Amino acid sequence: MIKFNLFVLPFSLGLIYVVYSIVIHYYRWIKSLPAVDKVKLANGLRTPSKVLASLKEIFLEGLIHRKLWKRNPLLGYMHMSFALGWFLLIVMGNLESRIYHGAYINAPYYPIFLKFFIHDRLVLFFEIFTVPAFFRFIMDFLLLFVLSGLGLALIKRKQSQWFGLKRTTNHSFFDRVALSCLWMIFPLRLLAESYTAGYFGGGGGFLTQNLGNLLIKISPGPAESIAYIFWWSYSLALGLFFIMMPYSRYMHIPSELLLIIFRHCGIQPKKWGSSFSDLELHSCSRCGVCIDACQLNFAAGISDIQAIYLIRGQRDQYVPENIAMTCMLCGRCQEACPVGIKVDLLRLIKRREIGSGQVSDFSYLTQSYPGFAEVVYFAGCMSHLTPSIHIAMEGIFREAGVDYLFVDRGGSTCCGRPLMLAGKDKQSNELIEFNKTLIRQTRARLLVTSCPICYKVFREEYNLPIRIQHHSQYILELVREGKIALQSQHRKVVYHDPCDLGRGGNVYDAPRELLRKISDLMPVEKECADALCCGGSLGLMNTTLQKKDEVTRNALQFLLAGNPDILVTACPLCKKTFVKHSKTEVRDIAELVHDAIPGRQIRKIMDPQKAEAAIP
Amino acid sequence: MENSVIVIGGGISGMTAAGMLALQGLSVTLLEKEKETGGHLARWDRLFPDRRKASEVLDFAREGMKRVNLVTGVTVTDISRQGREFTVVINSPIPNPQSPTPDHETVLKARALLLATGFDLFEARKKEEYGYGIYNNVITSADLEDRFKLKKGILTSEGKIPARIGIVHCVGSRDEKVGNLYCSKVCCVTGVKQAIELKEMLPAAEVFNFYMDLRMFDRHFEELYYEAQQKWNVNFIRGRLSECAENPDGSIIVKTEDTLTGKPFKITVDLLVLLTGFVPAGSTGDIAGMLGLVTGTDGFINSADSHIMNNSTDIPGVFVAGAVKGPISIGEAIADARAAAIQLAIYLNSPTPADD
Amino acid sequence: MIDFGYTITKDRQLDYDRGDMRYYRLVQSLEPSVDVCMECGSCTATCSAGQFTEFNIRKAHTLIRRGNTESIKAELRKCMFCGKCQLVCPRGVNLRNLILAMNRAIELLG
Repeated sequence: MIKFNLFVLPFSLGLIYVVYSIVIHYYRWIKSLPAVDKVKLANGLRTPSKVLASLKEIFLEGLIHRKLWKRNPLLGYMHMSFALGWFLLIVMGNLESRIYHGAYINAPYYPIFLKFFIHDRLVLFFEIFTVPAFFRFIMDFLLLFVLSGLGLALIKRKQSQWFGLKRTTNHSFFDRVALSCLWMIFPLRLLAESYTAGYFGGGGGFLTQNLGNLLIKISPGPAESIAYIFWWSYSLALGLFFIMMPYSRYMHIPSELLLIIFRHCGIQPKKWGSSFSDLELHSCSRCGVCIDACQLNFAAGISDIQAIYLIRGQRDQYVPENIAMTCMLCGRCQEACPVGIKVDLLRLIKRREIGSGQVSDFSYLTQSYPGFAEVVYFAGCMSHLTPSIHIAMEGIFREAGVDYLFVDRGGSTCCGRPLMLAGKDKQSNELIEFNKTLIRQTRARLLVTSCPICYKVFREEYNLPIRIQHHSQYILELVREGKIALQSQHRKVVYHDPCDLGRGGNVYDAPRELLRKISDLMPVEKECADALCCGGSLGLMNTTLQKKDEVTRNALQFLLAGNPDILVTACPLCKKTFVKHSKTEVRDIAELVHDAIPGRQIRKIMDPQKAEAAIP
Repeated sequence: MENSVIVIGGGISGMTAAGMLALQGLSVTLLEKEKETGGHLARWDRLFPDRRKASEVLDFAREGMKRVNLVTGVTVTDISRQGREFTVVINSPIPNPQSPTPDHETVLKARALLLATGFDLFEARKKEEYGYGIYNNVITSADLEDRFKLKKGILTSEGKIPARIGIVHCVGSRDEKVGNLYCSKVCCVTGVKQAIELKEMLPAAEVFNFYMDLRMFDRHFEELYYEAQQKWNVNFIRGRLSECAENPDGSIIVKTEDTLTGKPFKITVDLLVLLTGFVPAGSTGDIAGMLGLVTGTDGFINSADSHIMNNSTDIPGVFVAGAVKGPISIGEAIADARAAAIQLAIYLNSPTPADD
Repeated sequence: MIDFGYTITKDRQLDYDRGDMRYYRLVQSLEPSVDVCMECGSCTATCSAGQFTEFNIRKAHTLIRRGNTESIKAELRKCMFCGKCQLVCPRGVNLRNLILAMNRAIELLG
């Protein structure tokens, strides 16, 4: 017969509540999936390879916390000790309880509070290698493992930089309550088990027994009552933690499991939000990695708008407009997120809620006959403010003998992405349709653009039946095909990854390969997926100029640390933004390539005195 | 070598102040980084508002410098202060027959310093959308002065006589996008002066000045503006250029808004002149760093008080004159240099300054 | 129409005393940099929409600041949001957010 005591009630009620709550959540998330995704989920769950892959990821990310280990070993260990330690405590506790009670399923509280009910003495040296002694050792070891993580968590509050975190999250009320419970659970368990073991002189392992013996000596008083109070407190802490869980960040534990399964079944987030996005919101552990990744935080001192606060606000059904709109959408936090949440998309979903109601009127746009060509070149709005870029591109086209058409020579119709970044997707469709018609009319087989912003939207939203390339990719192809020959100028250059080309378009290698052919490319501290935003992002809606300037100056510090001759980028907006603050020359990769073509048609550079002298 | 005063910078301010100080019997050394004195003034053909020859002013200043020990082609590498004495290290020797070692550091001593490092012209390439260095027929106002001085007429890069010329005000000034919020003060009147000179040379040409505000702040400036309109028929368009493009024939398409009619305004010109503004001289920052002098956020030196201690700095014995403190016209620079010379002489004559 | 021998002409002056400043106050709270405009017109000059329509971003916000919002409500819908205006503004006005703010004000105040 299983033993019972009143103090197990808080734990048991809490457990019932949290299990009920998780089931309801799971049911809602799965039920409100779009039909296509439901099919994907059902198929995925019937595919052993997908289930295995999910389980593997759950083990590696949910228990081991592999991504956090990579980021900082101390941080990884801390999370692993909690997750893996607690998980093994539950598994081992259940196994241990079987020894004393043979039922197939024990009451859930029984293994948790086993040491309250079982405290027989094991005789040293004779019974040490018995099965119960083995479990007592393991259970104490695991408790110590979890407690070591708790110790680190306490240190992290004061010394977060040791964990690779500059700033810790500013937690909400529910999070604080849940966190306090969580932190109390294991010390209370230690004290309860130790006192009981000390009082009965048996039942504990190397940790609890020795500590218990010591505690009894220090305060011999009513040891049984003290132990009983600790058992109650332990149960209360557990119960309260479970009740708080659905309202706190700890909901991420069950949510992330489902999220991993969803992902392995091929379910994608939707543009206008879906239950997948809702699941993502609940899967955020509020670890604060996104705060550290954010340039608005570390360069401009804005620390209340990061993804973590957006997500928390979304979960609580209230996001101040400020949080939705103050973000460069550079993608750095998304890249750093250990849970892999598509943070920028979540923010855009919020912006769409705000911006979709407003009306636009583009009836003034009229198509004109663009002409035919093999390659259609779309410089983009911004490139008209950096004429060196499109002049260089035209020079390269001519040099390579390409049949091209500069379709927006007289001025561009916007590609539509800037509207989308403001949440006005519906409005941008009209511009997208307009440009699609324009591009289709040229009958080109390839679309080349100089603007990464255009490049991203052309690829993701235009559904054009032709190839789309950023000019860095296109030029590299011309070089590989031998259409243009290049001669290195051997200047020291650094390359800045534009957000929409790098993280947004996954184009990291083409510009670098090209630059290695024509210059001496130097590495910089933060590059590729970790590259910084220039600060000029069109995603940032409502920040003061001073803050933007701080972001730009900070990015330049990293880029120019090695004293390069030229700062090279591949985006007209980055170029314009950097020119304001850079003492070093800023150029686009196309300009550099154009300069590196031997025997190209050199434009006359104005020297007024010589020009005048040449006049008879 | 013992000096009473070292003047750094041989533009109009430094020359004037050095001359004034030498006239008072002080031993003055003037250090100039270029081979010749004269600074930016040496590049000018004629001066506003009366279009007198710039060389006359320069000759006058050079005349006054006869007793000044002039050292050109040197840069200051270090400055230190010991009590009331300054030690200035320069990177090349003073042309002295006794020690003709080239490229050698020379140490000078002085009891007072006068900073007159002036300004640099804004690098017009930074406004890429205006096309300087990209389109051949976009030049700066300084380039135009060069052409005026050459006296060979004004032609486009294709050798054509320009039928239409644009003059763009506020290039590199009043522009947050290049980090310069301040007004360069003299470009407005320079633009009007150059418009008139262009009309004098090319009466058939149309001249358009693109301005945001016309700041005709000094005596006879407004009259010059009036003359440009009434006598020379210069057109004034109130709007800032957003961008330029080049036609195949080399002419320049200018985009602006005619803010007075409220419509976008497009015009093709054969020659476009950019009135580039003042930026602090590169050497100003270096020397301010050596001395620990305070510069404003704009990079110009802050004097001890903007009204009553206009030529002094927070460091006793260090004085400032001219465009090192911000944009200033030639006439003002001369007056300011003379005031600085008097302030400096008073300082040297006072036996124990209160603040020392 | 019946000819009464006289007509009523709409007053075309900007009557600041009767102006509706609610729009401006809201816009200003949403984008404070509206106040630093010096009316240079470079935004309008570079505007991708401005060459085809009457949409004039400089005039639009100036009219709102003068208490006259009615005439520009339809015009504001023509902005493509490309951000060129913001890139040329010599005073660093956050023009894209300013347009959002003006649209928002019209959405909220009618």
